[in-house]
Amino acid sequence: MTAHDLVFVIVGLVTAVSAILVVTSRHLMHAALYLALTLTGIGGVFLVLGAGFIALVQVVVYVGAVAVLFLFGLMLTRAPIGREALDSQNRGLGLAVAGALFVLLAALIIPAFGGESTAEVTGPTIEAIGIAIFADWVLPFEVLSMLLLAALIGAILLARREAGESGTEAEVTRIEMGEALADEPDRHEAVGTSAPAGELGAGGGR
Amino acid sequence: MDQPLWVPIFQTLVVFVYFLLVTAVLIWAERRVVARMQHRVGPNRVGPFGALQTLVDGAKMFFKEDPTPGMVNNPVYTIAPLVGVIAGFLSIAVIPLGFDVTLFGETFPLVVADLNVGVLWILAMGSIHVYSVFLAGWSSNSPYPLLGGIRSSAQMVSYEIAQGLAVASVVVYAGSLRISDIIAGQQTSTLIEGMPGWYAIPLFPAFLVFVIGMVAEAGRPPFDLAEAEGELVGGFHTEYSGMRFGMFMLAEFMNVVTMSAIVVTLFLGGPNGPTFGLPDAIAWVLPILWFSLKMIGFIFFFILLRGALPRYRYDRLMSLGWKVLIPIALVWVLVTAGFVLLAEEGIATTVRLVLAGAAGLLVLALLVTAGPARLAGASDRPKRAPIPTPAPDRAPASRHVERDREEVAP
Repeated sequence: MTAHDLVFVIVGLVTAVSAILVVTSRHLMHAALYLALTLTGIGGVFLVLGAGFIALVQVVVYVGAVAVLFLFGLMLTRAPIGREALDSQNRGLGLAVAGALFVLLAALIIPAFGGESTAEVTGPTIEAIGIAIFADWVLPFEVLSMLLLAALIGAILLARREAGESGTEAEVTRIEMGEALADEPDRHEAVGTSAPAGELGAGGGR
Repeated sequence: MDQPLWVPIFQTLVVFVYFLLVTAVLIWAERRVVARMQHRVGPNRVGPFGALQTLVDGAKMFFKEDPTPGMVNNPVYTIAPLVGVIAGFLSIAVIPLGFDVTLFGETFPLVVADLNVGVLWILAMGSIHVYSVFLAGWSSNSPYPLLGGIRSSAQMVSYEIAQGLAVASVVVYAGSLRISDIIAGQQTSTLIEGMPGWYAIPLFPAFLVFVIGMVAEAGRPPFDLAEAEGELVGGFHTEYSGMRFGMFMLAEFMNVVTMSAIVVTLFLGGPNGPTFGLPDAIAWVLPILWFSLKMIGFIFFFILLRGALPRYRYDRLMSLGWKVLIPIALVWVLVTAGFVLLAEEGIATTVRLVLAGAAGLLVLALLVTAGPARLAGASDRPKRAPIPTPAPDRAPASRHVERDREEVAP
């Protein structure tokens, strides 16, 4: 076992353990933080495998943006944050699905790549990745962008409706009508910007 | 890889000690300069001109009692300041202080690691730094830190986009993510003979966006909304004391130094500069000198900003980031990409220059016309028509609105 293998094992173990902790943690915030750690660990696995570009993109996109948005979502919505709030009562089912998925993937991957020798890997160059994405796979890429855009718009809609059902009536009414009182520049400006930022702005301006 | 072991250790130590020293000097210089701007004396007791004040303050921080409030969420509370300092330290690993140095028969560059994705490394560390602030705010389990933490991480995430786009135009123009390639690309100008080819000139809008973004990213005045002491006590670090508070301060000042180093590296040629035909034995000092001078210039800019400008309002900060900086940076990425494509097609330099100049004027016009109007906020706009009568099923809400309007009317 070389030092390289050792590092790979350590990074892999950290990733796997924190991935398990994501689903077993009873504290929603801690689960989100373990998710961030898992995503960082996956970046580390890419790094050990010699794909530095993908590793850093993983960190920038997933750890720096996606996980941060998760945390934002937890704080800005009224998601239950607490110790007992996080149990969907589906442990048996979840375990069965996860186990079946693991067996399926292992049954596919081990016969497919099990016997291959582990040669020194030189990852594709950044140019090659760029050309592959924006020339050969441009259609799936664009479709994926549209999907993300749709998800974004859907999320905004959901968030607004949720706010409408909760207590803060005055603000919500303005948001839903896309209007604000002209004499309240703070709030109006805030509504004009993005949703989370807007709520913050209103909070800060008061 | 056949270097002796001391070379990487030496590289790492030199870079980190250099940046730590600059940080220590910055803290002292900031207090002196701001004091001078405010007609005060500033720290002048410890050492010549009070220069050792930072050292003494650091020692004080170490020996202060460091209580952990009962309501905090450990271990997140303990980890948060460490994340900030570590991310700050790691992001300088890819920035070269100078070119190759020959010591004891070994030639090596003055950089910890010249990654082939160095630019991404800087951005990745910046996004990890957000966690420090955010986790500190959340784990303190107290209102002001929470507000400060959310504010500042929203601010950092927003300005990261603008900064990332500004960096993207540098990457497109240089054609590489490796920092040493970017510096080499700024050695000589391709447009004007005999001039340094600093990217700040062809990519001026991106440079501008980056400079504004870096002030926000470092959480410095006038964008220090995270610790607006008038509103949020101390923001995200309200509950911290002792050395853990000290680590937040260290991370903040480190950030100023790191951001200055990054902007110098990406836009102002890094260690490039004239060598005056000196022999190699002495000439290796000059790049370090140029780098330090440029960086100190930016650090001074940070200090002057703090002394000169009042704090920005939060909603305006956000609209500046999202409605002005991101569009400009985005447009300039496209312009840069078009410019590079034209160059690859072999179009004459003058035509390219004219086209780029036209694009620049367009952006400038956008900035001049749209920028102030958008930034000025609703108070400068024509008053809106009164809110139309809400639908009947919203009756309770409408009463609320009516009452609100009556309140503001006089």
